[in-house]
Amino acid sequence: MNGMKMKPDAIVVDAGSTDAGPHKLGEGVSIVSKVAVKKDLSIIISNGIKSRIPIIIGSAGGAGAKVHVEWTLDIVYEILRENSIVAKLAIIYSDIDKEVVTQAIHNNRIFSMGSNIPSLTEDILSETNSIVAQMGHEPIIEALEKDVDIIVCGRAYDPSIFAAVGIHAGFEPGLSYHMGKVLECGALCAEPGTTKDCIMGTLYEDSFSVNALNPLRSCNVTSVAAHTFYEKENPCILHGPGFTLDLTECTFLQENEETVRIKGSRYIPDDNYKVKIEGARQRAYRTIVIGAIRDPILISRLQEIEDKVSYAVREYFNEIPEDEYTMNYYNYGINGVMGNQETQEFKGHEVCVLFEVLAKTQDLADTICSYMRSTFLHCDYEGRKTTAGNLAFPFAPSDISFGPVYEFCIYHLMQISDGKSLFPIIYKTYGKGELNEKPI
Amino acid sequence: MKNLYDVAKVIRSKNAGPFSITLDILFNSKSVYEAIKKANIITKGSIAQAYNLKEKDITELIYFDQALGIKITYNRQISSGTSGDRDVYGAQQHAPLMTFQFDETILINEVEL
Repeated sequence: MNGMKMKPDAIVVDAGSTDAGPHKLGEGVSIVSKVAVKKDLSIIISNGIKSRIPIIIGSAGGAGAKVHVEWTLDIVYEILRENSIVAKLAIIYSDIDKEVVTQAIHNNRIFSMGSNIPSLTEDILSETNSIVAQMGHEPIIEALEKDVDIIVCGRAYDPSIFAAVGIHAGFEPGLSYHMGKVLECGALCAEPGTTKDCIMGTLYEDSFSVNALNPLRSCNVTSVAAHTFYEKENPCILHGPGFTLDLTECTFLQENEETVRIKGSRYIPDDNYKVKIEGARQRAYRTIVIGAIRDPILISRLQEIEDKVSYAVREYFNEIPEDEYTMNYYNYGINGVMGNQETQEFKGHEVCVLFEVLAKTQDLADTICSYMRSTFLHCDYEGRKTTAGNLAFPFAPSDISFGPVYEFCIYHLMQISDGKSLFPIIYKTYGKGELNEKPI
Repeated sequence: MKNLYDVAKVIRSKNAGPFSITLDILFNSKSVYEAIKKANIITKGSIAQAYNLKEKDITELIYFDQALGIKITYNRQISSGTSGDRDVYGAQQHAPLMTFQFDETILINEVEL
């Protein structure tokens, strides 16, 4: 509550990320619990409404597709209903119709984000479950101009939801965006860092400052500069929707024990407005087994045994085409984290082996994985003393049907006419348990 | 000899989008940062070797003086969270950087300057 005492102009929360992988977007689910979201939003909404300041939620539900926005709205309505709060809402969607992307492919308005990202083709597009675009500050400012209480955004560029407040109040966009970049993960830019606390950003004509609100934390030049670095390819040049943020001339100054002041962030509008679009498609179904090995002879022959097991599985199921499933082994203790990028030699005395089967159907993945597990358990090898079994299973049953596996198949830039064109805004009034869908 | 973890304030890795991993090394001493920078320990060559990468897969290697930080970004072999990925957040790929070794006399020389 320390933040509220400073009379902020808005409460802003970024709820989204691609960090947790493509599953959220592909499957249309959230990875945080409804209970936790309701708990946090209850505090935010009741205090924001009481102080008559706007509340902005960005990338609602984690991935920001319509299903995630609706999931968040249900929680918001529940809080409003339970607390008898009347509120004006703006809902900004960021879902992109496949037809819009098809047109962009035809008109050469899709641009690559990296040499290791496959080109976007119409075939990939047809397999994509859900597509969102990262909005900039423009649609959010339009909603702020309508004087609403709560703005729920679909997918948004993380700093945009913060920058919108600053730009709307007449501050310089470069400072507003850089402040948004620093604030996006809450108190992660403080020391000790955490995403569980709030952080305060203050804009001035020629600078902005950030300070921690929990007395256990403080902002210092390293912690704030570190967050400018965070999750970005390049710390000096940040690309956002329709602009580039140039931080090469930026300065970080320790103003007092808690506060860091930043100057010199420059906003350069792009000649052609581009948004980042994201999409996920399903690749396979997965089944896994977790097992562990303590036998030193077995560990020394692990690679050989794994090859032997895979061969035996292929041979037994020779009626199933080989391309309908794949078998993977993750050897934790040897190179589980880094795979073929591991350069350190193995020195341990036990190994955790994770078997993974990826197949066209869940049934097939289950079938292959079960046979793979039992084959490994009893597989013979040279020098074997352990004729009773090769694996310590931590759980019974040992096999876990995982469900579908997704991949990011769209992570591209799309050129659009302007920052508002893709992001429709719906206005609603919610009061006394009733929803009024008429525009305000 | 000293390890990089002896002198750096932060050594970490994280996704920079689902197709890249970015490594950050941050210092809280300007003289140490300058010494490490001058000693040229962090190069595309040394990173490629420590991470079993080709130099062309390293897309950025930047010294950001105002922030006393070094950033290295490289292409993922497998995108975040799909089949075959081993680190969905890319948050545990920093370890090889921690044990980058350097001759501690470079620090003394820098302070004397």
